[in-house]
Order: sequence, then structure tokens, then C-alpha cells
Amino acid sequence: MSDFILETEALTKEFRGFVAVNGVSLKVKRNSIHALIGPNGAGKTTCFNLLTKFLDPTRGAIRYNGRDITRLKPADIARQGLVRSFQISAVFPHLSVLENVRVALQRQRGSSFDFWRSERVLDQYNERARELIDWVGLSEFADTIAVEMPYGRKRALEIATTLALDPEMMLLDEPTAGMGHEDVGRIAALIKRVAQGRTVLMVEHNLSVVADLSDTITVLARGEVLAEGNYETVSKNPDVVQAYMGAGHG
Amino acid sequence: MSGSPTPHAKETGMPKHQRAIVVAMVAVLLVLPHLLYPVFVMKVLCFALFACAFNLLIGYVGLLSFGHALFFGWAAYVSAHAAKIWGFPPELAILSGMACGAVLGLVVGALAIRRQGIYFSMITLALAQMAYFFALQAPFTGGEDGLQRVPRGTMFGLLDLRNDLVLYYVVAAIFLGAFLLIYRIVHSPFGQVLKAIRENEPRAVSLGYRVDQYKLAAFVMSAALAGLAGAVKSQIFQLASLSDVHWTMSGEVVLMTLVGGLGTVFGPIVGAAVIISMQNYLAELGSWVTVVQGVIFVVCVLAFRRGIVGEIAAKLKKPL
Ligand SMILES: Nc1ncnc2c1ncn2[C@@H]1O[C@H](COP(=O)(O)OP(=O)(O)O)[C@@H](O)[C@H]1O
Ligand SMILES: [Mg+2]
Repeated sequence: MSDFILETEALTKEFRGFVAVNGVSLKVKRNSIHALIGPNGAGKTTCFNLLTKFLDPTRGAIRYNGRDITRLKPADIARQGLVRSFQISAVFPHLSVLENVRVALQRQRGSSFDFWRSERVLDQYNERARELIDWVGLSEFADTIAVEMPYGRKRALEIATTLALDPEMMLLDEPTAGMGHEDVGRIAALIKRVAQGRTVLMVEHNLSVVADLSDTITVLARGEVLAEGNYETVSKNPDVVQAYMGAGHG
Repeated sequence: MSGSPTPHAKETGMPKHQRAIVVAMVAVLLVLPHLLYPVFVMKVLCFALFACAFNLLIGYVGLLSFGHALFFGWAAYVSAHAAKIWGFPPELAILSGMACGAVLGLVVGALAIRRQGIYFSMITLALAQMAYFFALQAPFTGGEDGLQRVPRGTMFGLLDLRNDLVLYYVVAAIFLGAFLLIYRIVHSPFGQVLKAIRENEPRAVSLGYRVDQYKLAAFVMSAALAGLAGAVKSQIFQLASLSDVHWTMSGEVVLMTLVGGLGTVFGPIVGAAVIISMQNYLAELGSWVTVVQGVIFVVCVLAFRRGIVGEIAAKLKKPL
């Protein structure tokens, strides 16, 4: 098997003439943490949407585990083990924390079309769901309705839900955005643990988190790859410094 | 609304207070034909079933169909035709109508389901209008006259439906069965996925759910149950007519569901009872009934956004 779990080839997305992602060739190493950074509007989220097929690329190809997935549907991408989170919190707001995680377990283990059975059959997933909830540190929130939790906890819930599918690769879009200092630390530590034995590709603005977690960093600016390498190399790259200063980014 | 964690009665899966309401409802259904004109109560039950079927889609999947008269009305035609021309016994005539609802649901659903929001509603409306004009022109619907004097027949070779009271209890049993089925669908593993899709569709997709399949399945179920209501209606009134497929019928079911409480278990029943009673008792007002209905609609939208049952449920902090 190739060293790279995910590869893109000259991936391009145009929105009515505006090029949001331009010829991006990305190679993500298996079992690594790979960060995608860049100023606002650089095309990071669009990139994620292309990789998970929430958007169709205008040009280019995506290969996952050596297979061409450029024409697949988003649900099928997830079924192949490539699961994403969203920049805006991705919980089911009016379901409890336990139910949120069960929705994922239920998909993987079948019974999702059973309309004639009582929802109590879902109780069989409670044990596994509680393990995952404990694992992300939400034990005391298991029966809380998701929408009532603080923001940082919601992101932890998203990770538990994603983990329920035991994905080979996780895509996290700004997992620490809008969080207080304490929550950032907690989520960063969680990502590190999650990444054991799997691949993580994440968009992240907090550079100390990026420096701490990532094996490889790709810098995007105006839809194009500006630089790539480890934190040392990338942070000394004059183009990168320029792009960040130019966009007034911290 | 649903979704809050109420302690479930382990044996039935239905929370205690809801079970009490169902028991009370059964008791009321048993005595009601002795207090009120049975045909009137049957009409209420028939529309309550129609509204419950509609609510399955709008309340639990978040899809607003403006064309549900299509399933109701064509099922009424098919079951009337089956009973009158083919000589089907009532149980088969009703099943034919339901099957017609399901098939039409599959076709309309497949065309509409990929659209979002108002586009979905417009497509259902457009298809329902096409079906209306077809009903107007096609010879077998009887045009302006409709299909009249549909024979009621004997159900399962036992129950003589020409007797209003016998027919009443059959209709009540069908209503109750369908109501419990809808309750089960909503509170099943499948219903849980529908809830997840309504709550956050992109997230459901990202977890690997092929959401169109779930929506289509729910659409077909809703259409089949709307068809059941239409088929039963043609048995009660021995008539299937253009008004059953008219867009105002689609509008009425929206109104009933909104007045009763969208996404509540009992709301559509209350809504249907309120609207049908109003049409019945205000009948001497003539065309003013429509105006009164319009006013109620506006008041509901402005003041009781959750509908009658929805507001009560919010006050009691219990799902109803
Ligand atoms: N659906 C869309 N239609 C038109 N333009 C879009 C769309 N999505 C993103 N864009 C544009 O593409 C550019 C990149 O956006 P995005 O990928 O969200 O950036 P980032 O996540 O790096 O901040 C922005 O200029 C944005 O306005
Ligand atoms: Mg973004």
C-alpha cells in the first residue's frame, strides 16, 4: 500500500468564474496529522468540501487508498472510512449526547431502515456509546440535550460521534475555533489521542495547536498551495509570513 | 416537540402520559357514535388520519408537501372504482387505494425529494395540479360528477358496512391502527434517522447516511397512509370527486396540521377535529367559512406558532 492515504491531483474549484481552489495537489501521509492553514478565504473549507464530495471539483482528481473517489457521493465517501466534521458545530442539537453517538453507531451496525421496531432496540448501542462518551470526557453529559452544552463540549461530542464510525481518516474543520484557552487545550489533547492509529487532516487557525500537533503543514493562500513542510520550515518561509501579514492574520 | 428525554415506559415504549391519552381516546371513540352523528365522526377520523400521514412528512422529516390531495384523491378514485366497477370487497378496495397512494408517492417523491425547501413544495404542488387536470379530463373519474353511489359491501365477508355503526367501528379501528403505526414509525430506528436528518442533514450525510433514500421511504409511507385516508373516505361517503384531488384539499391538510401542532403526536387529530367541526357547524355561513378558516390560519401563525397541542405540550413540558 502507498504511504499516502489521500492524494489529490490539481484539484480546482470555480464558483461562477471565481477560482476558490486552484490546482491543489495534496498528499496526506497515512497515520499522520496533517494541518491545512491559511488566511480566511484561502479555500480551506472548500477543499474539505471537495475531498468529501459535498462539492464537485471543476477539475482534478482525488484518490483515497489508491482508489479514485472523484465521482463518489458524500455518503459513500463516509462509508469508505473518510469522515469529516464541519466548521460550524455538527451535532444533532435536540438529541441527547447519547443519542447523537448512537446515530453513528446505528448507521454502521445496521437496523437503520427498521421502521416497524421500537426505538428501544437502539439500547443495544448504549454500552459502546457510553464508552466513547467517557473517552472524550463527557461522561456526566451523556443524557444532556446537545444544544444545551457549552461550545467546547459540543466539539468533543462531534469527535465522539465521528469516532463511533471508527474512521480510517478524519477531517476536522477548525476544531478549536471560537474556544476559550482551557477548551483549546482539551480538544488539542483529544485530537492527539484520536490520531493514534489513524490519519487526521485538519484546518486550524490556532498556530500553537498546529505547531504542537501536526507532522505536516500545507499553507493555502488564494486557493493555491503556498508552502508545505513541517512547522519549522513553513513558519520561516517568507511567502507564508507575507501572506499572513498581508491578510492581517494573527 | 419531540426529542426531550422523558422516562419511557419500558413495556410499550410510549411514555405514560401519552399512553393515558391513547386509552382515553379509545374510550371516547367507543362512545362517540352514540352521542354524535356517526358519519360526522367518521369524517373527522378520516381527516385526522390524513393529517397524521401528512404530519409524518412535515413534522418528522421537515418536508412540506403542497400536493397531498393527489394521494388522498386518487386513492379515493381507485378504491371507488375498485368497489363499484370491479366489484372488489371493501377491504380490497381500500387496499387498492392505499397501494395507489404508495405508487404515486414513489413517483412524486422520486421527482421532488432532491429539491430543498420551497422548490420541493412547488414540485409537489405542480404534480398535484397535473394530476387534478388529468382527473378532470379522464373518463373513468366521472368528471364533474365524480364516482357516485359507491357500494359499501361486506368486509371480510362478515361486517356489513351498509350499517353506519358497523362502518364506524371499522373506520375507528383503521384510524387507530394507522395512528399507532405512525407512532411506531416515528419512534423506531428509522424514525431516529429521520430525526437526525431533520436536525442536521449535512452531518447525517457525513456519517454515511444516504439521506435521499430515507426521505423517499418516509414520503412513500406518508403517501400510502394519505391514500388509506382517501380510500376510507370514498367508502364512508360512497363518493370520490374532484374536490378530493383539488389543491384546496392539500391546503386543508396543511391547515389542520398547523392548527393542531406540527410535529406533535396528537396535534393533527385535534386540528382535524377543529377544522371539520367548524366546516360542519358554520356551514350556514356559506363561503364565509373560508374566510373564518383564513383568519384562524393567520391567528395560528402569528399567536400560536406551535399549534393547539404544541402550545399545551410546551406549557406542560411534555411531548404530546
Ligand atoms: N458556495 C460558494 N459559492 C461562491 N463562492 C464561495 C462558495 N464557497 C466558498 N466561496 C468562496 O471561496 C473562497 C474560499 O472560501 P473558504 O473555502 O470558505 O475559505 P476558508 O475556509 O479558507 O476561510 C471565499 O472567497 C468564498 O467566498
Ligand atoms: Mg473555513
